[in-house]
Amino acid sequence: MVSSLFSVDDQAQAIWVYLEHTDGNLENVSLEMLSEGRVLADQMGWPLVALLLGHGIEDMCQEAFTYGADQVSLAEHKLLEDFTIEGYTSVVYQILLQSKPSVVLLGATHNGRDLAGRLAVRLRTGLNADCTGLRINPDTGVLICEVSGFGGGVLALIEMQSHRPQMATVRPGVFSLREITAVPSETIVRPSFNIQPKDIYTKYIERFGGGDRIDLTGSPVLVAGGRGIDGDFQMLETLAQLLNGEVGATRPPVDDGYIERERQIGQTGVVCSPKLAVCCGISGAFHFVVGIEKADTVIAINKDAKAPIFDHADYCIVADVKQIVPQLIDALK
Amino acid sequence: MHPLNIIVCLKVVPKSEEIMVNTETMAIIREGVRSEINPPDMNALEMALTLKDRYGGQVALLSMGPASFENYLRVGLSVGADHAYLLSDPLFAGADTLATTYTLAQGIIKLGGVDVVLCGEESADGATGQVPAGIAEWLNIGQLSMLSNLELDLTRRVGRGRRDIKGGYEIVEVPLPCVVSVQTACNEPRFINFERNPWAFSDARVITWNAADLEANFECIGLRGSPTIVTGLAEADDRDRRHEYIEGTAHEIAQKLAALLENLLEGV
Ligand SMILES: Cc1cc2nc3c(=O)[nH]c(=O)nc-3n(C[C@H](O)[C@H](O)[C@H](O)COP(=O)(O)OP(=O)(O)OC[C@H]3O[C@@H](n4cnc5c(N)ncnc54)[C@H](O)[C@@H]3O)c2cc1C
Ligand SMILES: Nc1ncnc2c1ncn2[C@@H]1O[C@H](COP(=O)(O)O)[C@@H](O)[C@H]1O
Repeated sequence: MVSSLFSVDDQAQAIWVYLEHTDGNLENVSLEMLSEGRVLADQMGWPLVALLLGHGIEDMCQEAFTYGADQVSLAEHKLLEDFTIEGYTSVVYQILLQSKPSVVLLGATHNGRDLAGRLAVRLRTGLNADCTGLRINPDTGVLICEVSGFGGGVLALIEMQSHRPQMATVRPGVFSLREITAVPSETIVRPSFNIQPKDIYTKYIERFGGGDRIDLTGSPVLVAGGRGIDGDFQMLETLAQLLNGEVGATRPPVDDGYIERERQIGQTGVVCSPKLAVCCGISGAFHFVVGIEKADTVIAINKDAKAPIFDHADYCIVADVKQIVPQLIDALK
Repeated sequence: MHPLNIIVCLKVVPKSEEIMVNTETMAIIREGVRSEINPPDMNALEMALTLKDRYGGQVALLSMGPASFENYLRVGLSVGADHAYLLSDPLFAGADTLATTYTLAQGIIKLGGVDVVLCGEESADGATGQVPAGIAEWLNIGQLSMLSNLELDLTRRVGRGRRDIKGGYEIVEVPLPCVVSVQTACNEPRFINFERNPWAFSDARVITWNAADLEANFECIGLRGSPTIVTGLAEADDRDRRHEYIEGTAHEIAQKLAALLENLLEGV
């Protein structure tokens, strides 16, 4: 086996979290990882370090401290203003090789996955993608990643003995946010790195980000529709408005173009933890269920009494959604 | 200018709806489970064939897996690809992302002179979406991920694509050669062309390479080249739910539900 660029013997006992941001705000998934990282760091007595790249972004450090970072490693440069995979990979790689942290966590967003995928190869180390749980063996310092396996129901535990850093990506919504009150130390460190204009070759030709930003993860109520509603999301929208919630969907209606991809719930969509999820015309495939497992209460309406969604519901209604939902809307009005 | 060379990385996966788990042994039951081409990879193949229709050139399929993948590669040939290469060797087995991407990159190097490597968004069994970035890194070339459309400028030698971002989209350009991952369901994959079947299913249509053919570093492939190890399987804890049935006429159900919702959402 080829060894990683640094080994267990050279590692620094520390947990690093890579912070992602858009338009001056840290992404929720980054804060969620800090919250979880804080718990692991306390268990181990290790520092929690947040890694932040960009330009003119020092303001964001405070939020990282609020969510548990002991230290922010801040890399600012004009060439880091936009995320480019080559620029960011190069700078993060340089910083990781200087600090040699034992554990590095990244969000499983598009850019986070790209960055993690490239870094792991460049560092010749392993990468556990889309972890649903993280633990550290207190005796060995080995990170144990929980990954949901084949067809669900099974969790695989994956770890790495001799390669460092131990890299993992975590999906948005998997960990809960926890602000901390007592802050051990708040230091900002500016590591040295080298980046040249010739290193950057990705060009942004056009960017439009002014549309509605749909974020289901923050909504207390979700009204989710599946193939069984035959594309009638208008009806669900009315219900969602009455309940002050958002409309979500399974993958088939998204693939069929009935509704925005940002509204897809599940393994390849978002993982949500609302107070209430109402599932309409959804069979309850594992790929979907992982997205609502953390809901406080689940109501399912499906005309097939054998639909697996009922195994995951608190309140079960075996009926035609097209009859129930309009009447429910009337009743709520 | 050489004709455009496109490679599509294609994986064969067990049909996800047929996979079951033996809850006693926590082992995956594979008997009787049918396989299929990883559905997102059909979107990558469709993008490749669209590029070929527009710019000419050729499309090669590349897959790492057991010999049983061969017939699925023939399906890809029948759909429209020109060549198919299967990287198959017992030594490749047990590969994690690091070893998989190394092996696929070695295959691409052996094919020589590629312009665009297309991958699906993620594999239905691995579902990590980490392979495209890993291939790009081993090859030290640019990448565009989650594209819903791709255009090439063969004079300037760049690829330009569109991808969705929060609240909108962006159009991004990188030099060729590059690795691209294709957004699932962004296009309508074409069907098998039955006229191509006799050709696609004739002998020697799929070329198989083993580790020695790839001149692979044996330390980097398969289980040996995989730093991560699965140390255990556990049953996902099912949340306890009430499983209470609400029954009656549609009207009665609606009334009961409305009352329940008002109760549940008090204070939200
Ligand atoms: C790698 C991979 C990732 C995936 N990721 C996701 C994901 O993130 N999210 C996701 O949702 N899926 C995902 N899927 C797809 C998933 O496996 C299922 O196919 C999908 O969730 C099924 O959606 P559905 O329940 O809407 O449709 P179906 O399974 O077709 O179910 C429709 C249901 O509606 C009921 N119904 C029909 N008409 C009515 C009516 N009038 N009234 C009441 N009930 C009615 C039917 O009884 C049926 O149970 C993924 C699949 C793969 C392979
Ligand atoms: N064994 C393989 N052979 C060929 N292509 C693969 C293989 N594994 C992954 N890929 C490609 O990489 C994409 C992403 O896979 P993954 O990173 O496993 O989710 C897939 O959609 C395929 O295009």
